Amino acid sequence: MTVTIRTLVGASLVLALTGAASAETTITVATVNNGDMIRMQRLMPDFYAQHPDIKVNWVTLEENVLRQRVTTDIASKGGQYDVLTIGNYEVPIWAKQGWLLALDNLGADYKQADLLPQVAAALTVDSKLYAVPFYAESSMLMYRTDLLEKAGLKMPENPDWDFITTAAAKMTDKAAGVYGICLRGKAGWGENMAFITTMNNTMGGSWFDMQWKPQFDGAEWKKTLSTYLDLMGKYGPPGASSNGFNENLALFQTGKCGMWIDATVAASFISDPKESKVADKVGFAPTPTRAGGSNHGNWLWSWNLGIPASTKKADAARTFVAWATSPAYLKLVAEKEGIANVPPGTRTSLYENPEYLKVAPFAKMTLTAIQSANTAHPSDKPVPYTGGQFVAIPEFQAIGTAVGQQFSAALAGKATVDQALAAAQTLTAREMTRAGYPK
Amino acid sequence: MAREVSTGRKALVTAVAWGIGLLIFFPILWTVLTSFKTEGEAVAPHPSFLFFDWTLENYETVNARSDYLLHFWNSVVIALGSTLVGLLIAIPAAWSMAFVPGRRTKDLLMWMLSTKMMPAVGVLVPIYLLARDTGLLDTRVGLVAVLTLVNLPIIVWMLYTYFKEIPGEILEAARMDGASLGSEILYVLTPMAVPGIASTLLLNVILAWNESFWTLNLTAANAAPLTAFIASYSSPEGLFYAKLSAASTMAIAPILILGWFSQKQLVRGLTFGAVK
Repeated sequence: MTVTIRTLVGASLVLALTGAASAETTITVATVNNGDMIRMQRLMPDFYAQHPDIKVNWVTLEENVLRQRVTTDIASKGGQYDVLTIGNYEVPIWAKQGWLLALDNLGADYKQADLLPQVAAALTVDSKLYAVPFYAESSMLMYRTDLLEKAGLKMPENPDWDFITTAAAKMTDKAAGVYGICLRGKAGWGENMAFITTMNNTMGGSWFDMQWKPQFDGAEWKKTLSTYLDLMGKYGPPGASSNGFNENLALFQTGKCGMWIDATVAASFISDPKESKVADKVGFAPTPTRAGGSNHGNWLWSWNLGIPASTKKADAARTFVAWATSPAYLKLVAEKEGIANVPPGTRTSLYENPEYLKVAPFAKMTLTAIQSANTAHPSDKPVPYTGGQFVAIPEFQAIGTAVGQQFSAALAGKATVDQALAAAQTLTAREMTRAGYPK
Repeated sequence: MAREVSTGRKALVTAVAWGIGLLIFFPILWTVLTSFKTEGEAVAPHPSFLFFDWTLENYETVNARSDYLLHFWNSVVIALGSTLVGLLIAIPAAWSMAFVPGRRTKDLLMWMLSTKMMPAVGVLVPIYLLARDTGLLDTRVGLVAVLTLVNLPIIVWMLYTYFKEIPGEILEAARMDGASLGSEILYVLTPMAVPGIASTLLLNVILAWNESFWTLNLTAANAAPLTAFIASYSSPEGLFYAKLSAASTMAIAPILILGWFSQKQLVRGLTFGAVK
């Protein structure tokens, strides 16, 4: 008898629970496996406390898989995702296709004007915001203060490539396994080409002229590639043609690199004593430029949250997106995980917070780098495109990766500077003609 | 009289076999070892083989972050489901090709195999649209259907070669005794072909378990199997090898154990027909 009653009570409880669950809206969020995103997943209890009627499913994927998945879904209006994590490369292209919902009414608490203007500008099309930044980065030079001192040098306020070459030569001690400079070598539009494109910007070069003619046959690219290969060949680590961000991060953290030019987000990793053996010996400077130049490459990347036009749950998605990028979220991270772990590069107020500036020695340089990134005019020459470490056209993923393969091969010693540039010129011209440029 | 094999030669062959075996197994061993390292040790320029601080931290993180059981269950349903449905279609198909071949049977077999030559991504968009319109995106049913179709040529081919080994006269004798077509396949052919069917089943469970293109592209949150579970641990910015290794170890462990227990059938199935 008691068993029957228990069963009945149990069954009605289950019914009640499923009844409650069906009143919920479930949204699916596609994201990448980066520290800041994982932290957000841990902080979800705060969101659920505020919005008990919304349930969030996470789909975490590797960056390139995510890009392919999300592109397939959004182009075919599959509607599997309600919130997408996308880069500032995709946002303007997708917004123009009508694939994203505009996000300009996120509430008074959202303080849209607090978003860093350079970051917001890259996500704005026709004066409407089409995605909101979760974290953002530019590039900078990270170096070992102890090795530089040992070399008898002092980091100038605005280092140029000649200084970098001198410093790399003096810091290199191959017998001790210390290499003067570590740079990306792995082929890919978001790998080696992100760095080399910004380096070419600093040299005064560009990808295309105003008629969309590729510029690899010009003097600037020759200077860029030969400087890059010379630096890496003489003072770089072995096997550099397969090094990306993570490989260089590991090398730098274990004391193998004198200097490293890469995304500003690396600064928090190399300054973290739990992960890095050199945490107390790192300094930061702007991305080097050519002697007398003022262009620091204009690298600007942000991971953003956007809502696909195909979603049927736009309201719940909007609520979530506003929560995850609001000033209140930054405060929540500071309280629960420590202020050093607040997602960087999105809000002016963070860089005005003295507490943050105290715990994050790299904050000032990160802000300077982001603020100096001019993605509307990445090159000193007039160009028909926008974007700093990439060219914001849909064809760039394919072309950038193909050119990246040529340069990676040159780094591995399989081609000369002239051969790699000639191949890059030919393949880019061919692909651009095929895609119908000039448009 | 059998040829005498010297002890030295036996030892040499054994040593070479072990060497090759270990060489092939080494990447898996390395993954398992890495899963017990810290992220820093996992990428150390001079990694240590066994003498590092063993830690379970990666397994804890992976378990805290992902729902392993959900992914595991999805993998089981998709792998077993697609294999069983595949067998249901393939057994009659292979029967007809082996015992009542027509003029075009050979061409048909080659055509079926040729569908495997097309890169999967070539049909991604049409299949994605079909799945979207039938409401099968991110469902286990959808994946079972797709994986059945993808692996069907291999199942048919394997069964076809096993059935060819069975003398047609036995089936004829059954027919003489008045067996219908159904009972001929069910009571005479199938029991004789059990080793072949078993190894086909095992091989296809393994293929479906490891299939990563369709399982990644057609799922999101609900039907994602262990392949998606592994894929979620790679990162563009930050170190991830140790956690990725832990996730991989957890994903391959069930199939490794299954393979270990059924290796006799697997080996027999794969070499079936090679020795007359």
